[in-house]
Amino acid sequence: MAETSFDVIVVGGGPGGYVTAIRAAQLGLKTALVEREHLGGICLNWGCIPTKALLRTSEIYHYVTHAEQFGIKVEGASVDLAAVVKRSRKIAAQLNGGVGHLLKKNKVTVFDGAGKLVGGSAGARRLKVEKDGKAVADLVAKHIVLATGARARSLPGLEPDGKLVWTYKEAMVPETKPNSMLVVGSGAIGMEFASFYKDLGAEVTVVEVMDRILPVEDAEIAAFAHGQFEKQGMTIHTGAQVTRLDRAANSVTATIEAGDKSSEITVDRVILAVGIVGNVDDLGLEGTKVKVERSHIEVDHWAQTGEQGIYAIGDVAGPPWLAHKASHEGVVCIEKIAGFDGAHPFETRNIPGCTYCRPQIASVGMTEDSAKRQGHKVKVGRFPFIGNGKAIALGEPEGLIKTVFDEKTGELLGAHMVGAEVTELIQGYVVARTLETTEHELMNTIFPHPTLSEMMHESVLDAYGKVIHF
Amino acid sequence: MPIQILMPALSPTMTEGTLAKWLVNEGDDVNAGDVIAEIETDKATMEIEAVEEGKIAKIVVQEGTEGVAVNALIALLLEDGEAAGALEGAVDTALASAPPPAAAAPVAPVAAPAPAAAQEVAPALAAASSGGRIFASPLARRMAQQAGLGLTDVTGSGPNGRIVKRDIESALTSGAPAAVAAEPLAAPATAATSTPMPEGLEPAFDFEPANSMRKVIAQRLTESKQTVPHFYLTVDCEIDTLLALRKDLNFRSDDYKISVNDLIIKACGVALRRVPAANASWTGDGIKRYHQADISVAVAIEGGLITPVIRDAGGKGLETISSEMRDMATRARDGKLLPEEYQGGTFSISNLGMFGIKQFDAVINPPQGAIMAVGAGEQRPVVRNGALAVATVMSVTMSVDHRVVDGAIGAELLAAFKTLVEDPMTMLL
Repeated sequence: MAETSFDVIVVGGGPGGYVTAIRAAQLGLKTALVEREHLGGICLNWGCIPTKALLRTSEIYHYVTHAEQFGIKVEGASVDLAAVVKRSRKIAAQLNGGVGHLLKKNKVTVFDGAGKLVGGSAGARRLKVEKDGKAVADLVAKHIVLATGARARSLPGLEPDGKLVWTYKEAMVPETKPNSMLVVGSGAIGMEFASFYKDLGAEVTVVEVMDRILPVEDAEIAAFAHGQFEKQGMTIHTGAQVTRLDRAANSVTATIEAGDKSSEITVDRVILAVGIVGNVDDLGLEGTKVKVERSHIEVDHWAQTGEQGIYAIGDVAGPPWLAHKASHEGVVCIEKIAGFDGAHPFETRNIPGCTYCRPQIASVGMTEDSAKRQGHKVKVGRFPFIGNGKAIALGEPEGLIKTVFDEKTGELLGAHMVGAEVTELIQGYVVARTLETTEHELMNTIFPHPTLSEMMHESVLDAYGKVIHF
Repeated sequence: MPIQILMPALSPTMTEGTLAKWLVNEGDDVNAGDVIAEIETDKATMEIEAVEEGKIAKIVVQEGTEGVAVNALIALLLEDGEAAGALEGAVDTALASAPPPAAAAPVAPVAAPAPAAAQEVAPALAAASSGGRIFASPLARRMAQQAGLGLTDVTGSGPNGRIVKRDIESALTSGAPAAVAAEPLAAPATAATSTPMPEGLEPAFDFEPANSMRKVIAQRLTESKQTVPHFYLTVDCEIDTLLALRKDLNFRSDDYKISVNDLIIKACGVALRRVPAANASWTGDGIKRYHQADISVAVAIEGGLITPVIRDAGGKGLETISSEMRDMATRARDGKLLPEEYQGGTFSISNLGMFGIKQFDAVINPPQGAIMAVGAGEQRPVVRNGALAVATVMSVTMSVDHRVVDGAIGAELLAAFKTLVEDPMTMLL
């Protein structure tokens, strides 16, 4: 007789859900996880991980096709697209299996199907699990954590068709290499695909409706990246919208409107990266006190919804739509449920954001503009990659590390970086912010030489007029 | 022979300083290099370290004592193996041989030569030095230092009880209206001392160390009662019309909810416009008559009280007063009021009506000239045209500073207030 009663049921097995389930099991709670498609969710299977695998290929191809600067002669290098895609799918599959193994090791009961709330009361919530129209299980739990994630948003007239107009999913498994590409939306997803296809040799055009690309990043960093992309040969239209797509047999003609100017381009493929919507449908939320606002479930800082015993974490609970935010949110939620002594809501401003295009972008905390708008008098430090020995030795002289401090207290309000490897460097500033460090501690930290990380030190010095290497 | 710990010189030109804080207790063992106290001049704060190993046998100069001369004896250290008996007379000889203290500053009682009077060290000290490290983030430490806030007064909400930025922010906003920048800890001993219970007759108790807010309340209100010549005027106001008006206004819209207190604030503000002589402050050589009435409204919060200020109460509409009060009272309870929101004020109102208090006399908040204490509105017998009737009556007592407002002016203000409260339509004039 299968177990049907649990302390906690987690609906959704992505980075939010499976981490919550594992932590719940660690805390001694009887835990079940319900996943309707693939463990690891979008992140592992059709998001974070496979895209990083693809971007590694495009990065290496970039080095290979520019190898002579390093004194290496390469002839006849080419891209076997099928092998590129196969590698990325294999990596996703490996990690997907890994999650299954972790859940088993932690004795979490996994149900394959879609979960839906079907009533019950505080302390005994009922959840129905169904797959392909057939009932799989009827479960009951004291607490239900919704971690159902999100999916790509589509715009009217620009609906993806899986063949010519792609979402991230199709963009990850191209069958043939497009010679030209239109990317609609310049957020992290858009720019990563733009970068990938550019480095593989396609002509890439990016269209962004806001007045600048990478709208959530610091303006100066976004402008720097914009300059780099244009240098690589990308065409970028900001303050512009794609108003029409005319699909032909094997190409698409797009109408781009910017202000009162209108233009048309014809490309092989279009990628739609215009945001996401939360997966809030078919969860049985109607009739509960759970509030949904613009496709996201409203929660407090403990991930509690309006209905007692029902929680929501990750992409379905709102921005930032990042896997590490989902994981932490889940841990905070479940630690509070379990009455764990160290349960502690995290500070949203301490969540880093990373974009893995070329050049990479990474940031944490307030942008310079945001800090000023909130009334802070700021001290800003800047250090360019060209001033760093390791960057030059690596052949990566283009980049910038910017730090923003509160003039009065020395609080590190934000750090923003663009350039090679910055996604691995940002953690230093995240640790600094989490510990509530001031400029004093950062200045007194000894960074190793020769590394790119020294620039993090120099940026802080620059904010206080003490920069040495520039 | 006990080792003398003397007041150090922080600079070649220093002659005296404040012994700001002891970081050890009598009876603690110390090693050479341990930080034992903090000394302040107006230029800097420095830590003093023990130079020898031993046990702190006697603290001679109390925490917070100002004007301690350089080289004055501040404590005695017993070396390993020395008994307390060695202290006998040690303080006498030390005081005799030390250069006389420069200014006769208010040194706390315990500095008297008789070592036998081992008076229990003032509670503030015992509570302050736990002897251990205080865990605080670098940012929190710096913010506390910038604000002159002692970390021992702050409770940490971070991991493992660490003091973090938000703890400093809330400690700073929950401070009582300390308009004067003086550190509460440096307040003269009058605030700290109290008559102790007779030996052996005191029952068991829980001790709660005074936080900044409590210390400031203690200091300022003691000062008020000791220095301000208070007199008291009481009127009874019939408030049936006022209550009906309130009900009517609230019925009309869900956008606001006017309370009786909001109406009282408004009436008081208008009354002060009509009798501006009562909206004043004594400066020592004259009287400041303010051009507008900024009314401090007492709000009870966890551990004490705070007074958010309604600026120009007479010139604001009821809805504005109501929403400002609601917003500030909520933030006051969350410890999120900004200093500019609770400091200043030219007149105060304290309302204990909701607790059923019939009438009370409040303590003036210096440097204001008066405070109005409002009691509960209750059904009372009244006489109208020679016959008994029943009305809802509220007793209001104003405590007045006689240096700035005489009886007649005070009475005029209360009369104006009563008229406005009993006939609220006249507030429109």
